Amino acid sequence: MQRQGWRRHQISIGIGVFAIVIFLLGWIEMARPLGFEFSDVTGGIVGFDTLIRVGLLTIVVVGLNMLMGHAGQISLGQAGFYAIGAYVSAIMTTRAASRGINVLFPGVIREEWWWWPWLMILAGMVVTGGIAYLIGRPVLRLKGHYLAMGTLGVGLIIFVLFREGGTFTGASDGVGSVPRLCIGSFEMWPRERYYFLVWAVALAVMWLSLNIVNSRVGRGLRAIEGSELAAQTMGVDIEKFKLQVFVLSTVYASIAGSLYAHYQTLVNPTPFGFVGSLDLVIMAALGGLASIWGAPFGVGIVYVIKEVLRARLQTLLRGAGGEHEIIIFGLLLVLIMIFMPQGLSYAAGKAFGWLRNLSRRERKNPIDRLTEKAT
Amino acid sequence: MQADIGGDVAENTILEVEGLKKTFGGLLALDDLSFDVKRGEIFSIIGPNGAGKTTIFNLISGVLPTTSGEIRFQSKAINGLKPHVIAGLGLSRTFQNLQVFNNMSVLENVMVGRHLQSAYGMISAGLRLPGGQREEREIADRAMEHLAFVGLDSAAAMGASSLPFGKQRTLEIARAMATEPKLLMLDEPGAGLNRPEKEALDGLVRRIRDRGVTVVLVEHDMAFVMGIAERIIVLDYGEKIAEGTPDEVQKDPKVIAAYLGDEEIHLI
Repeated sequence: MQRQGWRRHQISIGIGVFAIVIFLLGWIEMARPLGFEFSDVTGGIVGFDTLIRVGLLTIVVVGLNMLMGHAGQISLGQAGFYAIGAYVSAIMTTRAASRGINVLFPGVIREEWWWWPWLMILAGMVVTGGIAYLIGRPVLRLKGHYLAMGTLGVGLIIFVLFREGGTFTGASDGVGSVPRLCIGSFEMWPRERYYFLVWAVALAVMWLSLNIVNSRVGRGLRAIEGSELAAQTMGVDIEKFKLQVFVLSTVYASIAGSLYAHYQTLVNPTPFGFVGSLDLVIMAALGGLASIWGAPFGVGIVYVIKEVLRARLQTLLRGAGGEHEIIIFGLLLVLIMIFMPQGLSYAAGKAFGWLRNLSRRERKNPIDRLTEKAT
Repeated sequence: MQADIGGDVAENTILEVEGLKKTFGGLLALDDLSFDVKRGEIFSIIGPNGAGKTTIFNLISGVLPTTSGEIRFQSKAINGLKPHVIAGLGLSRTFQNLQVFNNMSVLENVMVGRHLQSAYGMISAGLRLPGGQREEREIADRAMEHLAFVGLDSAAAMGASSLPFGKQRTLEIARAMATEPKLLMLDEPGAGLNRPEKEALDGLVRRIRDRGVTVVLVEHDMAFVMGIAERIIVLDYGEKIAEGTPDEVQKDPKVIAAYLGDEEIHLI
């Protein structure tokens, strides 16, 4: 199948192009060509820090994309699973006297075990995936709005558990002094190094997901979204597939959570509440629900809008404060969804298709070819 | 009849329905329905609107649970099994209200039909392990053959939703055939088709039977059914009122009454 072969290369080429862009942005920050750093390129509005955060949330949103865009199952509790990853990493690697591993295993974890935080990232994935599996079995039987409410409840419960976890989770102060990641004596810091780590993981997750989407499994997922009835009579075990993709999406969230913990070095409950989950869904929708490629752009545009508003709203509207930012942010979201209901990636794809059609207008419509063949 | 079949029942009969009953709340949709389908025949279920024809398909394919009664496919009881398990036994179907996957291309629709003919999972797919890639090529090749079988190969790359209505019906048949069924259930395949399309459908159903696939057909169009079916059962208000060859069924006074109403018979 020529088309299938082309698609196979399309994924690798796309990831390659993406990697080059990521590398160039990182290089600008590191090498400072002509004395510029990254934030100068954007007029001082979007900082390098934002790029790292976009990378982190891209990992989560790619998972949501697969869950919502491909399998048609909504999750309004994804920030909860992001939190589990973050807290597992934070608690298990923090050496502060009164909490973390010192309480759980006093004196067992050695200072020179540089691989311990990495192992805890894996542990976070396993814990999150396990919890998602247990929760997913009953919750994924719900459909539509009920599933939205069910997952919303799950997210809130996880959030409240961390906030009310006493000294174990640090309550609303959270867990501080999370160590940086190291490989041997090579520290994943300064920021530029961490940037490359985060985006390497993000690109790997995108590559993995694109491969899954364009496979037997991905077709099964899309079949569930297309018609559950037909999917099951074609032999797709819809309960198993829904559960698998749900667990996968939460494992992605967990990886991102762990990387967030080691970046921020402080984990507290604030970013993991309902608004956190909602932001993730907004990012997925803006990027295009059915598009893995849309994920980084969906996350990116939310950050860019927020930061541009923060930096420029004062000059446009005298005396404007945080409330005004939220109002204008909401307004922009509504406008984007009205004019690009399928998200940025779909709009971009359509524009590209339109340009391509202009160049080969003489090609015949496939429907005409079909009817020609029949007669 | 029963006597001459004798001990060969299991070999000659692919599907046995016995005492099948289905109620929706207080409404009795099917009552004590029994029939057998023989291997390799074109069998048809007809009856006025609301007689329970589609319900039979939903019960056999496992989409709806039975209230009571037994369904045996190749001598194995299948009621209570999940739809994807039943599909795996070699029973496939199409839908009266089209259930084409609109979010996929024509080829991908048929590739979903190959789901159970392949096994590679999420890990193999994500990491592009060679085994999965090989299976994927096999899936695409076979799906393409099935598209060619129904004459849709030139539309393979199109979005399924952009196909004209009649072609979408054909696509559902190709998708069902891709599962390599032993028994294919077609739910009103002729509904909404024009005359040339119906003639093409007639030929297609015969070619499917010639491949050794047993066909069970629910249909409204009498001319179409009488021309193609070898045996027919007639349903009215959830009960079987007649069974036999097209000729026998057409002469049955109960069938005429069900289709035309009692009063008209008095008038004639």
